[in-house]
Amino acid sequence: METAVKRQIMPGVDLTCVRTEKFKTGVLSITLLTELKKETASKTALVMRVLRRGTSAHPTMEAIAAELDELYGARISPVLRKKGEVACVGLYASFADDYFTGGGELLEKTANLMGEILLSPDTKGGTLKGEYVESEKQKLIDNIQGLINDKRAYGTKRLTELMCPGERYGVSLYGTEATAKKITAIGLTKYYRELIARAQVQVFYCGSASAERVERAVKEALASMPRQDVYKFLTTDVRYETVKPKVREYTEEMNVTQGKLIMGFRIGEAMKNPNYAALMVMNAVFGGCVTSKLFMNVREKLSLCYYASSSIEKHKGVMIVSSGVQPSDGEKAKAEIYAQLEAVKNGDIGQWELDGAKSAIITSLQTCLDDQYRLENYYLDSNLLGTVDCTPDIMAGLVDGITMEEVKKAADSVKADCVYFLTVKEQENEA
Amino acid sequence: MKLNEYTRIGERVYFERLENGLGFFYVQKLSFHQTYAMFATNYGGADRRFRLNGEWIDTPAGVAHFLEHKMFDMPDGNALTDLSMNGANPNAFTSTSMTAYHFECTDRFWENLEILLRFVSTPYFTPESVEKEQGIIGQEIRMTEDDPEYSLYYGLMKLLYKYNPARDSVAGTVESISEITAETLENCFKVFYNPNNMVLCVVGDQDPERVIETAKNILTKYRGIVPERDYGKKESLKPTKQYSERIMEVGMPMFMMGAKDGAALKGNDYLKRELTAELALELLAGKSSPLYSKLYSDGLINASFSADYESVAGQSFVVIGGESRDPKKAYAEISLAAARMGMEGVDEKAFNRQKKAAIGKKLRSLNDFDSIAYSTARGYFMGYDPFNSLEILETITADEVTAFISGVFAPERLALSVVKND
Repeated sequence: METAVKRQIMPGVDLTCVRTEKFKTGVLSITLLTELKKETASKTALVMRVLRRGTSAHPTMEAIAAELDELYGARISPVLRKKGEVACVGLYASFADDYFTGGGELLEKTANLMGEILLSPDTKGGTLKGEYVESEKQKLIDNIQGLINDKRAYGTKRLTELMCPGERYGVSLYGTEATAKKITAIGLTKYYRELIARAQVQVFYCGSASAERVERAVKEALASMPRQDVYKFLTTDVRYETVKPKVREYTEEMNVTQGKLIMGFRIGEAMKNPNYAALMVMNAVFGGCVTSKLFMNVREKLSLCYYASSSIEKHKGVMIVSSGVQPSDGEKAKAEIYAQLEAVKNGDIGQWELDGAKSAIITSLQTCLDDQYRLENYYLDSNLLGTVDCTPDIMAGLVDGITMEEVKKAADSVKADCVYFLTVKEQENEA
Repeated sequence: MKLNEYTRIGERVYFERLENGLGFFYVQKLSFHQTYAMFATNYGGADRRFRLNGEWIDTPAGVAHFLEHKMFDMPDGNALTDLSMNGANPNAFTSTSMTAYHFECTDRFWENLEILLRFVSTPYFTPESVEKEQGIIGQEIRMTEDDPEYSLYYGLMKLLYKYNPARDSVAGTVESISEITAETLENCFKVFYNPNNMVLCVVGDQDPERVIETAKNILTKYRGIVPERDYGKKESLKPTKQYSERIMEVGMPMFMMGAKDGAALKGNDYLKRELTAELALELLAGKSSPLYSKLYSDGLINASFSADYESVAGQSFVVIGGESRDPKKAYAEISLAAARMGMEGVDEKAFNRQKKAAIGKKLRSLNDFDSIAYSTARGYFMGYDPFNSLEILETITADEVTAFISGVFAPERLALSVVKND
């Protein structure tokens, strides 16, 4: 596989480049890394959306969109991600490869437009346009209110808040309605200036251009970015212990027909010197793939859930089980999920389960190399975890070598911390 | 085997029709790690009434989807597990007009292909397993009933269509699936899972001759009959009603408006119609359109807004929608802009720009094996070649786009479905 070239191209700006000619498009992302915290979450969520509304040269969305049409339907989208307690906010672009459009330097032109969006917003006397700030603020508030529409995602968000009340990880990426409402154009402008001056920046490119050409294009696009005062530290507070000795349980009632049972675990001591490959295999054995215990037993054998799966957040060291159950089956499903975790801890794992889990992860890592969007996310994770030399290929090799003993060890320190159950309203239950 | 080279987009596609009628496509993709295979039947949620040996047969809603769930069962285990154990990433879906089984893998492709061909051609249904599945699918149906997007979509489909079964949920209802027995499944399997009604698409870097050999070894040699289907009486171009709403627990109201484009055309005529519709929708409501800007600035739409052209069960229609604080106002603005565009004609400059953008969009979709296999299968069932899109795109004129808008968006043809809070 094409290896990734990584270099610092400006103070606090790292470029990761994967050169390949197999795609029809090139991908370029510019991601600003900043602390996830209550006070600024809504601003972080809002800022890129406001910037995307208009630049000094393309003052409306319509003008930006028309320019993108001219660039053969190039796309530039704001992206907001939570990685542990780091908020990653940026722009993700994809554009046709020069080969198919007869040249035209789409890389340079798209990079320039991204730089323009980031660094030359349309302002009113230096302040972000009030009209854009208000309009995007309203949309952010709408999004916050709309989180409830997707009950599965909403359940996970509620669990995270309830599980980590005193930790930054418990902060929602959008912040709250209250923090969003308080934002003003002046306040957001101040935050924006600080963000572009101080945030660490990760740039990722995947496509047919050489690293040199990408470096030139990005440096030119970001030439006016102030870089004297970049934050050095960005950390996630990994806690090994649960908040209370006893598992905390919360129930919420809503107008739904299917219940959502979400369970949060701390990975614990295994995060002290994390063996990510072993953690991935452990999660896959437990509930991360179709041969997992949760899928095979809770869903297939007992028909307790429509779905039941687990996922781990490597940055923070938490594992979340998400399932959809009949409201009356909540307790039964919970007991069974605990029982399956115990089985993993006890090493009650068949060879076929281990093999199934490994091959699911290895396939996923290898196919990641065939997908520019996933590759971008993979390298953002690696850059944050400090494992950037570990390409998907190398990681696949590590996963392949994981033993039963290592899986047991990874599961050993996992502790249930918090359970959230979203269920039907009492009166409808009786009706 | 026939090789088609598409130099403009840099793709090579092999095709063969096997003796048993199976269509086989191999899309060669070098230097990728994965191989993707899709085995699909031209049988979906809407195919409920069909003619066999001169007799019309009615089946309950949800059989195609039920079959999809049960096909993975094999006398000696479960194919989903076997494929996963073998390192593949398998899945399946049932839409209104197609059922497809697919996997991607990076290793042991031949074993996986054999499993795929075998389980999709082996009916194995026991009364116990059918009964158990009724529970699982019942849960799935209940879950989708909580999903506002689902209610919104079927709300619109029921406004648009009076008879066509596309107006009903693909999965059926808890009641309709209770009528399904092992025998129902067996009969529908026999009719629709015959290779003459199916297509196999492989995307990746493999030997296509060997795929054909494998298919010949596993599948029946017999060329079955493709049954005629009945999608109900002829529909008028007008909706049955123009408005419906449903109360659900949602953060913000959601709307979906639509209009019928009549019976779906066939072959490349259809492809041209679809591309024309896509250009029309971009020009009317795409991100660089004045309408989008206005709706967005006025807070009437957000990033969830989208506009699509769809064709299922022999019928084509447009859908436009998303979240909106004021669905009726958004609907009025969109209708007005369409009427104006239909009257004044599309802007020539914007039209040319949109064509350019469409090129990039088509290229982007060629990175995605899933989308390649799907559009190949769909094109085969509908009789067009999706790899010719760029050539056909070039033949479309601004007048054709204007005509599309003034026709489909005529005020009496529009309908609006809304989901909102109390």
